[in-house]
Amino acid sequence: MSDTLPLSIINNRRMDRWLAFQPADRSVRLAVGKVEIGQGVLIALSQIAAEELDVDVGRIDILSGDTDDAPDEGSTSSSQSIEVSGRSVRLVSAELRARILGRLAQRLNCAPDDLSIEDGVFLQHGNPTGHDYWSFSAPEDFAADVTGTATPKPPAQYRVVGQPVPRRDLIAKVTGAAFIHDMVRPDMLHARVLRQPSRQATLTALNEAAVRKAARGDIRIVRVGDFVAFVGADETAVQRAAVAAPAHATWAGVRPLRPEQQEAAWFRDQPADDRHFGDPPASAEGEIVSQTYSRPFVAHAAIAPSCGLAEYRDGHLSVWSHTQGVYPLRNSLADILGLRRDQVTVRHAQGAGCYGHNGADDAALDAAIVAMQMPDHCIRVQWRREEEFGFEPVSTAHMTRLRAVLGADGRPVDWTAEIWAGSHVQRPVFGGHMLAHEALPNRPGAPKANDPSEANGGGGTRNAFPLYDVPAKRVIHHLALETPVRTSSLRGLGALPNVYALECFMDELAERAGVDPVAYRLSFLSDPRARRLIETVAERCGWAARGPSATGKGLGLAWSRYKNKAAYACVAVELDVDREVTLRRVWCAADAGLVINPDGARNQLDGGIVHAASMTLKEQVTFGPDGIASLDWDAYPIMRFSEVPEIDTVIIPNPDQPTLGMGECTFGPTAAAIGNAVAHALGVRIRDMPLTRERIAAALVG
Amino acid sequence: MRIVLTVNGQPVNVEVDETTPLLDVLRNHLGLKGTRYGCGLEQCGTCMVLIDGEPCYACAREAGTVTGRSVTTVEGLGTPDKPHPLQRAFLEEQAGQCGYCLSGILLSAKALLDRNPNPSRAEIVAALDRHLCRCGTYTRIIAAVQRAARMGAHA
Repeated sequence: MSDTLPLSIINNRRMDRWLAFQPADRSVRLAVGKVEIGQGVLIALSQIAAEELDVDVGRIDILSGDTDDAPDEGSTSSSQSIEVSGRSVRLVSAELRARILGRLAQRLNCAPDDLSIEDGVFLQHGNPTGHDYWSFSAPEDFAADVTGTATPKPPAQYRVVGQPVPRRDLIAKVTGAAFIHDMVRPDMLHARVLRQPSRQATLTALNEAAVRKAARGDIRIVRVGDFVAFVGADETAVQRAAVAAPAHATWAGVRPLRPEQQEAAWFRDQPADDRHFGDPPASAEGEIVSQTYSRPFVAHAAIAPSCGLAEYRDGHLSVWSHTQGVYPLRNSLADILGLRRDQVTVRHAQGAGCYGHNGADDAALDAAIVAMQMPDHCIRVQWRREEEFGFEPVSTAHMTRLRAVLGADGRPVDWTAEIWAGSHVQRPVFGGHMLAHEALPNRPGAPKANDPSEANGGGGTRNAFPLYDVPAKRVIHHLALETPVRTSSLRGLGALPNVYALECFMDELAERAGVDPVAYRLSFLSDPRARRLIETVAERCGWAARGPSATGKGLGLAWSRYKNKAAYACVAVELDVDREVTLRRVWCAADAGLVINPDGARNQLDGGIVHAASMTLKEQVTFGPDGIASLDWDAYPIMRFSEVPEIDTVIIPNPDQPTLGMGECTFGPTAAAIGNAVAHALGVRIRDMPLTRERIAAALVG
Repeated sequence: MRIVLTVNGQPVNVEVDETTPLLDVLRNHLGLKGTRYGCGLEQCGTCMVLIDGEPCYACAREAGTVTGRSVTTVEGLGTPDKPHPLQRAFLEEQAGQCGYCLSGILLSAKALLDRNPNPSRAEIVAALDRHLCRCGTYTRIIAAVQRAARMGAHA
């Protein structure tokens, strides 16, 4: 069976990497490689283990993200945690249970079926045996490799999985210290970094006296190549130094940004790796319709600027980070700092929601560089707000041109999606660089353009293939070899801009055919799960009573299956457009197969709707000559309390289907539903995001 | 200079430069980490505290201006063992994703319920609109404040 084992188990075969029974408090240690980034994954994984082991979920003591003591499960990304880690935890827990019960059956000279477990206590025909996990489990249960041969419980027997079990991390977060930012370690010093204005810039002068004067407190200035940090016991003083420092630093070789580079259309004329997927070039005959849609560069814009802690003692580097992947970060740190991997430990500590690859890993490297220069201290690096906006990797601008050849019935018989974008993923293990590495003497060469494989859902191509019944489809992807700023993964990668294009184009084709947009979609969509969602949302939002267009009130609908293989979501949006867009109501239906924790799932679905709406209506990273110019919340506004609509979300129960990752599934449909609702309200289509007051005014002038 | 103030009902005095942000005094001098750094620009609300009962940003507030004043942080609401009704309401609604914004929001909500025990949805939204939540948990947070009001959180 090993060829069907999830990657997490293949990479971490021994049972003791995953589970242990802790007699002192009769708890169960579950170690996982996926980390909490606000999505509620730890409670969901705990529920799965509790279910298969038959212990109360409160007994699960979860350890996540630790290169010494938890398994290597790569990065926490791409809605893979429940699909991959959850499946692993299920198989591992079922196997441990079966192994231990098998030994007990031998000991009691009975059949394993005579035995049952109640909150970790073993029963024979319902009567006490005097044994439980904590007294009976033995080293031999944990020393063997996981084979994946045990049969997990059928979903019909679930008691914990599928229940809205509350998360355990929120109590600390609403009462006091809870985040990496709040950690206090012995001999801790605070640090701030003077950032290189751009890659390859070199520091020609730094007026250290002026910086010290501005600090108004004792600071040490640590310099390694073009990397400069201000370090001291007084956080206020190092902060003052960092704020003052750019004015006292002179750089050579700065690469200025130009305003035209901030638009997606800029990529059309850039050197690119041209990739072709799908059917050969079109030979179909018929009317040809083509439209182009775009989204600009957007930021993760975590509510907390990144933070990292590091200490170098006795030749060992210990790092705490809110990274999405402790093992990839450990490997990068070891490589950059010239250490062996076994000399570096990375432990996850919670930060603010990241929604992808933001500054978390970079802040950890900053701290590690300083720690190597100042052994026996814990160095705490806290990024500043302008640093987070100015230097985190952003999501690439992205342009999608769709071209359909229409049959006599007005439905497409041939479909081409052509995409221009930079890399949607440039993690350090994936062609990208960590920020401070660019400032060190051993700085790397140019970053390499890269994107996830199609098997992993693609990056720029994600959701570019329509799931409608179109006889011939192809995707042409122009992956830009260079981007003006660092780009990397942000929730959904290319799914949001591609679904925006696809589902807006659907409404445009329906209008051309003179058919209602929902009826048009259903007329060439075979997937029953998709049809059910669309019909559900159409009914809930009162689609049949949708009013005429161009009244200032709009109702729009869109759907997708994330990555064309994960969870399905359909979203309808009701809004008003005056000079700008006001969202009124949102309806959502999702199908994610077996849902582990419906309350957590709903939280993710609704959060994704708000996040995507914010991106669609408001967000754009802007460039100036000195780099990224959108450096605070005024220059990079996001959706606020007063702008949030009522949200009505239903999860279609499908417990006998495999769990599908759903943290990103509402992203594309929300953007496109807004696009369609705005077009309905205005009678004019806006194809470039964000749908701001200026774009609305321009569209109406026409 | 020596700053004398009341924090969560206890008199404290700290020796700091008067321009030190109140946020740094709370976090680093008094060890109250529940007041969080988000922007330093009074734009996001993660550092919100109550000063004499009024919600105020702590990130750019100079310590010298709070001498003799009474400051309440999230630690002053309740503890994990004895949470304030507002904190309980947030837990019961599971009104959080990453949770970084919540401590500041709790204090704005506290000030609201203290002066208006039965706020409308619009009044809750108005009272919290200085806060940002990047995870988009807004509707649950509103529901949590409504639940707290029903629980009599102002008492």
